[in-house]
Formats: sequence, structure tokens, C-alpha cells
Amino acid sequence: MRAFLIATVAALIALPAAADEMPVQLKKATGLDKVEANCQACHSLDYIPMNSPFPNAALWDAEITKMIKAYGAPIDDADAKAIADYLKSNYGS
Amino acid sequence: MLTRRHLLGTAGAGAALAVSGLSPKFSEAEAAGASLTPGVPEGVRTVATMEALPGKKPLIKLSYRPPNYESPLETFRTAITPNDEFFVRYHLADIPTMDAKTYKIAVGGDGSDNPVEISFEDLKKMPAIEVIAVNQCSGNRRGLSKPHVVGVEWGYGAMGCARWKGARLKDVLDKAGLKKEAIEISFNGADGPTVDKTPDFIKSIPVWKAIEDSTIIAYEMNGQPLPHWNGFPARIVVPGWTGTYWMKHVIAINALTKPQGGFWMTPAYRIPLGKFPLRDRFITQENATTTPITEMVVNSLITSHRDGAKVNAGKVVVSGMAWDGGYGISSVQVSTDGGKIWSTATLGQDLGRFAFRPWSFDLAAKKGKNTVMVNAINKLGQSQTSELIFNPAGYHNNVMQNITLNA
Repeated sequence: MRAFLIATVAALIALPAAADEMPVQLKKATGLDKVEANCQACHSLDYIPMNSPFPNAALWDAEITKMIKAYGAPIDDADAKAIADYLKSNYGS
Repeated sequence: MLTRRHLLGTAGAGAALAVSGLSPKFSEAEAAGASLTPGVPEGVRTVATMEALPGKKPLIKLSYRPPNYESPLETFRTAITPNDEFFVRYHLADIPTMDAKTYKIAVGGDGSDNPVEISFEDLKKMPAIEVIAVNQCSGNRRGLSKPHVVGVEWGYGAMGCARWKGARLKDVLDKAGLKKEAIEISFNGADGPTVDKTPDFIKSIPVWKAIEDSTIIAYEMNGQPLPHWNGFPARIVVPGWTGTYWMKHVIAINALTKPQGGFWMTPAYRIPLGKFPLRDRFITQENATTTPITEMVVNSLITSHRDGAKVNAGKVVVSGMAWDGGYGISSVQVSTDGGKIWSTATLGQDLGRFAFRPWSFDLAAKKGKNTVMVNAINKLGQSQTSELIFNPAGYHNNVMQNITLNA
């Protein structure tokens, strides 16, 4: 499933009308691999620093829940936990 | 290949850089940062860059995918926003290339007696309407919310004003035999989610708004085809209402006898009931605590100067734009003493009740600090607020600006 999603993203970027997406470098820390593997299937990673550093732990938890429950992101529990820890430690208040 | 990453090159940005004292070695992010609206979350400065989407001039890139790009302040010095400087906002990242030759809108729904398909040529053969109207994202100025709220952290620039030309939505609905039982008209665009489970972006408006003469399916913007990023080949234009209803790349229009459901109608795009002025309501979508965001609140923006700009003592022309939800601007008031004494600004050309209304004010700048506070008032007597009306999605921020000019 994840391989499929990443392939889809690559195909989108290749469209002639699509934007030229530059890599967004997030802070190197534990859990970044899970963020990169899951979040960017649907959106570029600039959304994370853009929404920082004001979210507290509860706000980041709520965002991850929204991505899974409201937007249907296929993120398993272990990855969701790793992503939450990463965001709270690196982009939280 | 277009060069899509640029340093800021505008005079206004140069002035801002000079004022903030940045060295010539500023990074690209800092260059974009110089054109950001004061008060946005700190993190915006680390990711915002000046970048050009294909066919567009460099705008402030907040997110690549879905693409969210806002217009710098200087864009709003003219009442009509050029197509290649018009902001870009998408919710979902699967954005197909559109072909006007094969383009069709499926018009139907349970509130229609006669479902029809409308081609691009069909649209252009129908009686054409032109309307100059502000398209403003519901979340424009979200980045200025105190406390900050999560979302695309827009500054002042998620808006623009264009001359839209197209067919009346009412005429298209007439072809589809609108039933008297219909209560809402819903729209879907060709763009969609990258994951099947993500709700598609579908929006509705009440029938009373859909059949107003100014509500159109636009195929021209400022005399040109719509830019891809603004909804080519045709989009819904709902003058007076926030951009969420202005469906881009519209491919389906449905007349409904029941309220449109889905994430994007509720819980998304809601304001708390009772906090904001509403004249004509979207009753079929209201619940006990919230109602859809609909008409824009009266607002203004100083566009001649950025906060903190350096000016010469003496006469300084301070100017900007004012707009509202389609009642029309009656006056713009300016205070140079923090809101005690107000003077009336001179209004510029009236391009219609849905358009940006230019205004200007001759400031007698004294040596040192000068403050300029602005309050627009519409023909219903509604005015801007002095304190933010906080709401969880950061909508309807029409707090009066109070900028400092240093002479």
C-alpha cells in the first residue's frame, strides 16, 4: 500500500501542470523516517514546520487523529505513536 | 523549464529588507520571510519561499502539495489582481490537467427533473455575465490568530479580485429542470484526494444564493482563460462568499432536496453561531452551535506600506483596499492616534459591490513614529473589529490594522 502511495506521488510530480516540489528538510531525529514514509503520501512536509512551534502535545495528537480518522490516512498505531513523539519533540511547544 | 525558485525582486520587498536590516547574504527563506505578514507562526519563516508555479509569477509558497501559495502585499496595490499573481489554494493533491475540448459538467441530482451534460462550448453559448468580485479564502489571515490555530498559515494574501465572466448558474440549473423541492446546489471539482479514503472536496450553497444573477460558472478571468491553478477551464464564482464555495475545475453540479453531507460541509468550514454578523443565512446547514462560513466580513488592508516602513516627514499618501460580503463599502476611516479621532479616507473607483474598493489618505507624517489605523464600514453599517473574534479554524479575521511608519 505504501509503495503504491509513493508511486502515486511520484506520478503526480511528473505531471506537466504540477508544481516543482523541492525536498523539505525536517529536523533529523528519531521518528523522522516514519514521518517521511507516511505523511508525504498526501501532503508535502512543509505543513509541519508551517504549523510550529505553537502546537502542544494535545494539539499534535489531535492533528494525527484527524489525519487518520477524518482524512483516512493509512497509518498504523506504531507509526502514529512514532510520528506523534517526533512532532512533539521537534515541532511542539 | 521555468525557473521556479526566485529571490524576491520587488521594490516593496527590497524596502522591507532594508528596514529589517538583513545583510545581502540572506537565505531564500529569509527573502520570502521579508514579505511574510507579521505575526504568522515562527515556523512559517523556515518553509515559506518565493516560488512560481507553471504560468504564475513567484508567490509565497506555504505548501507544495497540495499547492498553497499566497500573494505578497504589493499585489494588492491595484483593484484588479493579475491572473499570474492570483493566490492558489487546494485541499487535495491529485490535480489533473484539464482539457477544455473534452470538458463536461454533469448537472443533475435528486432536485433536478432533467439531468444534462454541459460542455465548455455550451457554457460559452449561454448569455454571458461579468462580475468583478473578491475571491478570499475563508482562512485568509489564519496565521495571525491568537492563539495560533492549525491549518495553512495564511498572512494577508489568500485573496484577490478579478473580473469574472461566465454563464449564470441559474441558467444551467434551468436546463436541468430545478425542482421546487431543491434546497441546496452542490459542486464537485476534478481535483481529488491521493488516498481513496480521504473525503473528496464537495461543497454546497443554498438555492437562494445559487440562483442570484451574480452567481456564475466562470470561464474567463480578467479577459483570459482561467489559469490552471485557479480552476481552468471553469469554476464556480459566488460573489460575496468566501472562496470555499468557488469550486475549481467544476465537473459536477447537483440540485439536492436534502442537505449536502461530508467532511467539507461539517465539521469543516464552520463558524460558531452568534459570533459574527450574518444577514442571509444558510439555514439548511445550521446546527445548534455552528453554521457554515458564508459571506465575507467587512475588511481592509493597507497596501502602500508595510508595518515599520520608513517614510519622509511631510505628506505621505497611505492607501489600500476595502471589501465586504457584497453590500458595498460606504466609508473607510483612518486614525493616527490609535483610534481616538477618525478621519474619512478618499474612496477610489467603485468597481461594483463585490470588488476591492480602493481608498487613500494623506498622512501628515511627523518626525519619528507615526501610526495609521484603518476601519472600513459597509452599507449595512458593519465595521471591522478592534479585537480578534477567536474561532477554532481562524476564520473571519477583520481586526483593524494599526501600522507604524517611521519618518
